[in-house]
Amino acid sequence: MKVCMGTPVFGGVAFGTISIYEQKEQQVKRVHIVDVENEVNRFEVAQKEAIEQLKVLYEKALVEVGETHAQIFEVHQMMLEDLDYVEAITNTIKEQKVNVEYAVATTADTFANLFASMDDAYMKERAADVKDVSERVLTILFGSAKSQNMLYEDTILVAKDLAPSETVQLDKERVKAFVTMQGSTQSHTAILARTMNIPALINTEIELLQEYDGVEAIVDGFEGKLYINPDEETKHSMSKKQEEDRKNKELLLQQKGKETVTKNGQRLKLYANISGVKDVAKVMQNDAEGIGLFRSEFLYLESKGYPTEEEQFRAYKEVAEKMLGKQVIIRTLDIGADKQIDYFELEKEENPALGYRAIRICLDRMEVFKTQLRALYRASRYGNIAIMFPMIISVEEVVKIKGIIQEVKDELTQEGIHYRDCEIGIMIETPAAVMISDLLAKEVDFFSVGTNDLTQYALAIDRQNPKLDSIYNPHHEAVLRMLKIVAENAHKAGIWCGICGELGADLSLTETFLSYGYDELSVSPPMILSVRKRVRECE
Amino acid sequence: MKIITYRITDPNGMHAAPAAKLVNLASTFQSSVIVNKNGRTADLKKIVTLMHLAIKYGDELTISIEGIDEEEAAKTMEVFFKENL
Repeated sequence: MKVCMGTPVFGGVAFGTISIYEQKEQQVKRVHIVDVENEVNRFEVAQKEAIEQLKVLYEKALVEVGETHAQIFEVHQMMLEDLDYVEAITNTIKEQKVNVEYAVATTADTFANLFASMDDAYMKERAADVKDVSERVLTILFGSAKSQNMLYEDTILVAKDLAPSETVQLDKERVKAFVTMQGSTQSHTAILARTMNIPALINTEIELLQEYDGVEAIVDGFEGKLYINPDEETKHSMSKKQEEDRKNKELLLQQKGKETVTKNGQRLKLYANISGVKDVAKVMQNDAEGIGLFRSEFLYLESKGYPTEEEQFRAYKEVAEKMLGKQVIIRTLDIGADKQIDYFELEKEENPALGYRAIRICLDRMEVFKTQLRALYRASRYGNIAIMFPMIISVEEVVKIKGIIQEVKDELTQEGIHYRDCEIGIMIETPAAVMISDLLAKEVDFFSVGTNDLTQYALAIDRQNPKLDSIYNPHHEAVLRMLKIVAENAHKAGIWCGICGELGADLSLTETFLSYGYDELSVSPPMILSVRKRVRECE
Repeated sequence: MKIITYRITDPNGMHAAPAAKLVNLASTFQSSVIVNKNGRTADLKKIVTLMHLAIKYGDELTISIEGIDEEEAAKTMEVFFKENL
């Protein structure tokens, strides 16, 4: 067995036979010509022919892979007719008195470089389109057609890279995965793989050896691995992985893009919990409607010293931007208890869960708190950020926090830094906060219930103690009653409420939460679509 | 001359496909159609220069239309932007 590593662009597992895809490159020579008119005429004839071919390809792609992917051939037609492109070619012929093949090839290079030098990842890849279009014209000029590559029943196509016109000519029924040596996540192979829902690897460390052709292989599009001649154990674990993936994708197909609404029309905001910027991709993949809990601790945990305002600002900004205007609720630092950070130099405590943690540290170490708030407000103008405070037990705390927020905002205004006003919310995770939720509701824009801590405090059961697991009951009537009270008090004051603890993803309670009137549930990204499915089944 | 301002709301920005549609549409008018993004301009009838602007989500565009059919062109283009971008 040989394992080749690549960058995965679409998850999934495929079994098949390797087919090595070979490209033929046209050799273009520079030839001096006399009859300029004739040369320009040759271009025009080839251009017309190429446009005709592209129309046919468009129709073929439309049927096979749908309009979104087919449109690239429309773009190709337009590139061929683009005034700048045509002018560049004809001018080269006229001014340099060279053959049309050379003029097309150099123009292709110029335009491809133009795209390749762009900062935008998507536009960079359009260089491949210019080359593909020009290659088509050259093929017509040379009068040779490319040979069709042989495909097996279940093919794992291995190539240097694939141009759109090459991919569309493939017999897609037979292709189960793509593996290329080059490419980017915006390249055609990647886009096509996503359209076709098949795994694909790019930048793969593999040589295009003819001896691989016809050899059995497996592509793991999650780990970015190509197994050539896989052993029995790998085959077994991969087929298990494939089955799990199939079930997931079915769910995705059913639930993606659907509204989270019950049969009676009760709506729920279905958000995701994340621990860092890297999780945003999963949030988008699973079609979450926002981020309901961004645990900002990760910034502190991954850092050797206090993260600077600038470092934090960049992280919050990136998440806000990536979420494209969808709500991002960022929880301020929640450390202490089971989450310890060396440079905070917290003292050992008898009862850390009841000790110096979360907002208690922030209100005591004002510089740390203010740095975070400044970073949050600076990032606020790049998206829809809301700020949430953990471990609240009193109205006084909230009033104090709001005073500090005002100070931070005033400072920013003085410095001429723009910010947007953010929704302010608190975590409801202490029995005290539940009991005074009517008072707290008057001070904030939303509540989010942290069920893990709330259960621990309500039942007086240490979450870290395995001996107590048997009596730890998250469905305890006391917890459910608390959840009901919180929702009622929130709505009486006209604010919204959600749940961001583990209980939010408990499908046996979804209906109960809806009956209490919860407006939002925030769950881990892989649970999003299961919860949506459940909500849509509820009356 | 007619001026349209528009802020891109499509999360994907102006990818190749909508750019192509836009160029097709602009080409049906006799008026010149020039788009300006942060001081850089492109002819809306030319796909390569348009794509080279790399128009993204949130970008503010100013489109200047000048010619005998500018009224109709401005109206049609505005609708197109709102519906597609």
